[in-house]
Amino acid sequence: MADPTGSTTSTAPTSHDDAPVILRAQNLTKHYPIKGGVLRRTVGHVRALEDVSFDLRAGETLGVVGESGCGKSTLGRMLMRLEEPTGGRLEFDGVDLYSLGRREMRRKRRDIQIVFQDPYTSLNPRKTVADLIGEPFDVHPDAVPRAGRRRRVQELMELVGLSPEHINRYPHQFSGGQRQRIGIARGIALNPKILVCDEPVSALDVSVQAQVINVMERLQRELGLAYVFIAHDLSVVRHIADRVAVMYLGRIVELGTEDEIYERPTHPYTRALLSAVPVPDPLARGTRQEIKLQGDVPSPANPPSGCRFHTRCWLARDVCSTDEPQLVERNDGRGEHRSACHFTEESVSGRTTP
Amino acid sequence: MTESTNSRPDSGADLRHPGELEAVAGGSAVAVAGADGDRVRSVTGDAWRELRRKPLFWVSAVIIVVFVVMAVAPGLFTSVDPREAVLSEASKTPDGQNIFGRDRQGYDIYSRCIYGARASILVGLLAVIGTVIIGTLLGLVAGYRGGLIDSVLGRVAEVFFALPLLLGAVIILYTIQGEDDGYFTIVLQVSLVLVVLGWPNIFRLLRSSVLQVKPNDYVQAARALGASPTRISFSHILPNAIGPVIVVSTINLGVYISSEAALSFLGIGLRPPTVSWGVMISQATDSMRSAPHTLLFPALFLSLAVLGFIMLGDAVRDALDPKSKSR
Repeated sequence: MADPTGSTTSTAPTSHDDAPVILRAQNLTKHYPIKGGVLRRTVGHVRALEDVSFDLRAGETLGVVGESGCGKSTLGRMLMRLEEPTGGRLEFDGVDLYSLGRREMRRKRRDIQIVFQDPYTSLNPRKTVADLIGEPFDVHPDAVPRAGRRRRVQELMELVGLSPEHINRYPHQFSGGQRQRIGIARGIALNPKILVCDEPVSALDVSVQAQVINVMERLQRELGLAYVFIAHDLSVVRHIADRVAVMYLGRIVELGTEDEIYERPTHPYTRALLSAVPVPDPLARGTRQEIKLQGDVPSPANPPSGCRFHTRCWLARDVCSTDEPQLVERNDGRGEHRSACHFTEESVSGRTTP
Repeated sequence: MTESTNSRPDSGADLRHPGELEAVAGGSAVAVAGADGDRVRSVTGDAWRELRRKPLFWVSAVIIVVFVVMAVAPGLFTSVDPREAVLSEASKTPDGQNIFGRDRQGYDIYSRCIYGARASILVGLLAVIGTVIIGTLLGLVAGYRGGLIDSVLGRVAEVFFALPLLLGAVIILYTIQGEDDGYFTIVLQVSLVLVVLGWPNIFRLLRSSVLQVKPNDYVQAARALGASPTRISFSHILPNAIGPVIVVSTINLGVYISSEAALSFLGIGLRPPTVSWGVMISQATDSMRSAPHTLLFPALFLSLAVLGFIMLGDAVRDALDPKSKSR
């Protein structure tokens, strides 16, 4: 069942390398126009997402981390096609979702569902739990026959750890953690293959976070779901994810297995992020090297040339401001994983810090 | 870790809402907590159950029912002919024979108040229903779709909004009125004018509250489920945005009834021999100082009717909001 050690550091992710790829994102790009002037003309673009590519295999969890404004949530919404793409392809089961018509897309939505960050705004306050969890069946009437819907809603409630007697209650009668379970139950109601989780626990109390995470892990085992787990909490992502993508200013800067990212990070930004994770040990205070980045995140409306991180990177040289490093396999000391930095060798060998 | 999660959150809720659980276990409406899970409940059903428990609702319902009966069958309340003028007793103050007195023309005020209910309530209700339907539908489309449709509808609404009520009504009524229009035709014409000039009010109100509701995640969640725009509009956005419209339109009811009076005063609204509260009020204002009772009683009837509808609107709005429930 649950991880026997109960710790968040080693969950020994099962390998999904042989599982089929169910979602393939290719060069996903999203620019939001900036309107200005009297005539509301487009004067520029916020480059929220630029050339993001990855594969998601059946049953695995891909963690997406990064600081606020790096495009994590935009990525989640793009995967749901809640935002129309500026460019790129999103292949699900070999079909490009972005090429589907409105009607076909609505049908396809059964297979990819989402859990939102804020359980207080993601549930319609005027609907009972029966309506909320049952809505997927109203939208897709062929999913469950009408007579069995109430039964099914109660099964789903049990599955996420809510008591089925509460089926007639309204969202405001539940706590935050319970509300998030309602959101999860709604997300899995149609038996999707992929669940996009947009910071599903960051609005919750820490004690409740673990409960919700455990429910999600159990559901993954029982239903074979693949998760795209977006979060800014690195330890939560480490606990649940098989692979992790680190994002900075709309791009993935490093992508690898949980071990590769957390034990052998090659991108300076990843190393800076990891060094900022608090260690629950007062004796370790000061013994650890914290990397403090200088300056602010540049505006995504006017991103730096070359490597987007070069303005704040202590390894940056001239080439960084001219040549964009590609996200390719690079040496991490023990093996190789994908990273977008020209100087991974130095980053790894010297373990340099600013 | 996992095993314990099933029970923990629920016990947490028990601590959080102790009063609520007692209500579930001991309440009369909800018999047993276990059986509760097997009954289908909806917001409208819950709202009705909630309404029935409110004194405010019953008071308003009684008032409205009395006025509606008055409008349908005025003969039940009085046997005096409202068109029988006794000029010798003009402006007579209330006494045992004419409990509300007589007006300047010598008409019995009580009888006219009763007979006036029909035209006033018809005009008020028709105008409110018309403005709510048109304003709500257009406001929903404008707020939800946005863009060009929103701009076009917004400008059109502003054009109507800018027309002064009396000027607009004079123009419209003069063009559509014939000499020998019947009672209901005139009532319909007057209501139509009020709808045409009044819908932008509701339109702007609903549009702005749709804009407030739209960014909520539950709207996105419905889209993510594949719900159609119609479903999202009517199932998620409208129920959460309609509250202010209910309040304002019940208040508007009184406004429309008195606007009808202004039109009648100009001779383009209801005309004699049709009786309405509005006509009575506008005629009585001439003799307000010398015979205040001629103004008092029709104004009282009007206020009572408006009060009834406002209270009903308030009660309905509260009942439709699950958060206000004392369950």
